[in-house]
Amino acid sequence: MATTDNEVKELIKREYEHGFVTEIESETFEPGLNEDVIARLSAIKKEPEWMLEWRLKAYRRWLEMDEPDWAHVGYPKVDYNSISYYSAPKRKEDMPQSLDEVDPELLKTYEKLGIPLHEREKLAGVAVDAVFDSVSVATTFKEPLAKAGVIFCSISEAVHDYPELVKKYLGTVVPQGDNFFAALNSAVFSDGTFVYIPKGVRCPMELSTYFRINAANTGQFERTLIIAEEGSYVSYLEGCTAPMRDENQLHAAVVELVALDDAQIKYSTVQNWYPGDEEGKGGIYNFVTKRGACIGKNSKISWTQVETGSAVTWKYPSCVLRGDNSVGEFYSVALTHNFQQADTGTKMIHLGKNTTSTIISKGISAGKSSNAYRGLVKFGPGAEGARNFTQCDSLLIGDRCGAHTFPYIESKNKSAIVEHEATTSKVSDEQMFLCRQRGIDPEQAVSMIVNGFCKEVFKELPMEFAVEAGKLLEVSLEGSVG
Amino acid sequence: MLSIKNLHASVEDKEILKGINLEIKPGEVHAIMGPNGSGKSTLSQVLAGNEAFEVTSGEVTLNGENLLDQETEERARNGVFLAFQYPVEIPGVSNLQFLRTAVNAMRKHKGEEDMNAAEFMKLAKEVSKQVDLDPAFLKRGVNEGFSGGEKKRNEIMQALLLQPKLAILDETDSGLDIDALKVVSDGVNALRSEDRAILMVTHYQRLLNHIVPDYVHVLAGGRIIKSGGRELALELEEKGYGWLGIKDEASN
Repeated sequence: MATTDNEVKELIKREYEHGFVTEIESETFEPGLNEDVIARLSAIKKEPEWMLEWRLKAYRRWLEMDEPDWAHVGYPKVDYNSISYYSAPKRKEDMPQSLDEVDPELLKTYEKLGIPLHEREKLAGVAVDAVFDSVSVATTFKEPLAKAGVIFCSISEAVHDYPELVKKYLGTVVPQGDNFFAALNSAVFSDGTFVYIPKGVRCPMELSTYFRINAANTGQFERTLIIAEEGSYVSYLEGCTAPMRDENQLHAAVVELVALDDAQIKYSTVQNWYPGDEEGKGGIYNFVTKRGACIGKNSKISWTQVETGSAVTWKYPSCVLRGDNSVGEFYSVALTHNFQQADTGTKMIHLGKNTTSTIISKGISAGKSSNAYRGLVKFGPGAEGARNFTQCDSLLIGDRCGAHTFPYIESKNKSAIVEHEATTSKVSDEQMFLCRQRGIDPEQAVSMIVNGFCKEVFKELPMEFAVEAGKLLEVSLEGSVG
Repeated sequence: MLSIKNLHASVEDKEILKGINLEIKPGEVHAIMGPNGSGKSTLSQVLAGNEAFEVTSGEVTLNGENLLDQETEERARNGVFLAFQYPVEIPGVSNLQFLRTAVNAMRKHKGEEDMNAAEFMKLAKEVSKQVDLDPAFLKRGVNEGFSGGEKKRNEIMQALLLQPKLAILDETDSGLDIDALKVVSDGVNALRSEDRAILMVTHYQRLLNHIVPDYVHVLAGGRIIKSGGRELALELEEKGYGWLGIKDEASN
């Protein structure tokens, strides 16, 4: 029977759907980074003194740090002085007070992206905070959330309005000097989202943020901080897109989650930054630090990610399981195509007693791409009875791509239990032949097989995201049959 | 309906089919018998368009249209169906989703509207009963963890759903116990119709007790060396392949 790849037929490729540029008057800093730039950024945002100090401290740490090179990715070094660290749509007046005041051009952009921003439209219970380049544009559903005592606003607003909360938690999960990109983000973060769920409150709706990089030569450095007080619950979704540009753009975000006693945070990402073209030109560098701290007992943090975009991805959403009986979960689908490179995975740090974690990672490689899973499972001396289950599956499409698995396990507690399962498979000629023999298009067949492969992760996504994720895979895989 | 003329095909430069000639009219059931390694399965795969096999010469037409220059999926949409000897698993893809995608691909080809999930569920349940499969299996992954018999019944169910013009059944009887054989045969007999041709590839004559063919051909060394009616199969059962001067590799 067929053992070689016979499904050779380069099919017409659809272009990156979100590759449009919005014509909008924007205020953009000259490229370059120094203490003056940070001071100017802080001044524009009318930040209090402590915030500026915090940024400068991070900047000084960053200057002493080297860009990490241990990831299984290769890219030309970024010139941090050729990037603009602030770009904002220019506003006629001050901040818009409601959606009606938001620039219609901007709203059109979101419409094109299919974002349910306008409350009257398909919003279906999703509150959206939309970050365009560097600033937060509009936040919907503020009122019903406020009624429940939930704070959902841009991080800039939070610095003004809830300084005590920000001061208390900012940098506690991802310290300023945690790593090169986190330090850079801490110095120059321009906006992002702040969520606070009070004690005992179940957030009445899914919260959602859409990020978009529009301006050329800008970096996006958003910062997200989510705090779930005792016994509370929140589900948060983020989606990302960027226009097609020949040059690479940098995205270095930091996300910090804090779960107190009995609190639960579910964080879902559909990342579709521009991946570059078929020759590997352009695309986003996605260097992101995401970490959640289960500081309370019986708390739970779940990360679910569907990563299809970006030229280079360097991302390890992690959980620090400090509270006894706390639970960490990581469900990931990472798809690379053409010349995309991804080095992604998670860290589960078990510190408390009877802490448990689950890692389900599905890597799909097509074209000439490279896809690596890198995961650390660590048990501290106090992690009595802790347990981890890891399942790491790779699917290869074609024979020019690569899949790699780098699992690390460190245990300082003899009672800890680790299970690790890993598989590598290919979309086989036999599977393709069966599908095509039943009249199914080759591309549709690949998409169906890949969706089946990802099923365990997709079922963790909120409904509307699961549908989007399935479609996204289909688009991202176009031209992969070959 | 199906016309095969002087068909030669090879795999990895080894010639397997060495000049097959065969005509099948609508409504007819033909059985291809022969020892292992004679090229029976290759013929089925080549007709369905498996790209692992290279057609080196000859022609095949279905209702006058050249089959060989069509892609696998085009042949399927034009009415060629292959019931696989060893159906492959597709983990995580539900049988229901797979079948509906296939049915809708065919409908699209005919310019018909997609069948929605509810309509399809109803149809699939009916057809699954015909081959004695519990409708619960529709929710399972394609062939995932199916027994040999379930896989074969699933293949016949697909033929019933897709209503092909030419159904090729590749060793559909292999690995079936007598009860399962009866169920599968009933399914195949339900497929028989005046405007459909059926080509059965089988090593054993026992299937032909249940599905009575109009013609029987003996394939050996990549050629059809003898053709006849139903009685040829019975003769083969009685005398084996030896009297035709063929060595049955399976019996070595």
